[in-house]
Amino acid sequence: MKAAVLVFPGINRERDMARTLRLVSGREPAMVWHADKDLPAGTDLVVIPGGFSYGDYLRCGALAARSPIMEAVRSHAGNGGLVLGVCNGFQILCEAGLLPGVLMRNENLRFICRDVYLRVERSDTPFTRGYNAGQVVRVPVAHGEGNYIADGATIAKLEGEGRVLFRYSSPDGMIDPNWNHNGAINAIAGIVNEGGNVLGMMPHPENHVEAAIGPTDGRGLFAGLVEVLDRAA
Amino acid sequence: MLGQVVETGFAAKTAMKARVTVTLKSGILDPQGKAIEGALRSLGLAGVSSVRQGKVFDIEIEGGDPAQAEALLKQAADKLLANTVIENYRVDVLG
Repeated sequence: MKAAVLVFPGINRERDMARTLRLVSGREPAMVWHADKDLPAGTDLVVIPGGFSYGDYLRCGALAARSPIMEAVRSHAGNGGLVLGVCNGFQILCEAGLLPGVLMRNENLRFICRDVYLRVERSDTPFTRGYNAGQVVRVPVAHGEGNYIADGATIAKLEGEGRVLFRYSSPDGMIDPNWNHNGAINAIAGIVNEGGNVLGMMPHPENHVEAAIGPTDGRGLFAGLVEVLDRAA
Repeated sequence: MLGQVVETGFAAKTAMKARVTVTLKSGILDPQGKAIEGALRSLGLAGVSSVRQGKVFDIEIEGGDPAQAEALLKQAADKLLANTVIENYRVDVLG
């Protein structure tokens, strides 16, 4: 795995992400500054971490989505390269048009920082092969704008094509408004693009990977990616 | 001499003022607008039936052609100022 973690002004989760990539893949990721025009040669995974790029000015992710490095990310994704956007990274991917829809203000207007449960909808993708379909994982969220919305046709398409990979659920996998903390349509926590190679998700799997700290449910996502990429290499 | 240079530079440059207003599309839930609406009610301001919040951008444009300015600002709104998935915008060139 040759991962590149993008760094924008105001991002604050890039070191957690780099630590997890190093821990799970055994390889140091490249840190790539937003003003760069190119990804390091041989990059096979681009990760856009969480935080508050540009202080969330204008709209969350709006300014980062127009920064120079995003052209390189667009062509990487266009060539089928894997892209993972977490939290602000998900917002940036939506603003860049690499994923449909928008992350709106949480329904209850509060910043929510706690563990949530996610139901993994399918396991036959590079991002979820480390899990079983229907498995419930516990990972943290930390966001004020995670309420996913899109127009009816887009939602129907996402659902019809099986592009919702993660949904907020109860600990036993039931989809219920009480467990959909931010009010997202259909409890959507993570979606992929049409090609299945770009994933955006609000929760932070990178923060639950070490037993010394707590649950390790986030590890499966990265372990699955390592398996796919190291086999391809 | 210095005065002359400054004056020439100033005279050659015309500018227009414009305003881009960005509002949420109808049907898009606006929790911030709802909260403001609630706050207005709690201030005792009777008669407020609903609030939708948006953004205003006051922009100065070089040049003197209003049609050109409007085209430029439409591009700016489509590319950055508005997210047209959830927002509408309106461009007013004020001259």
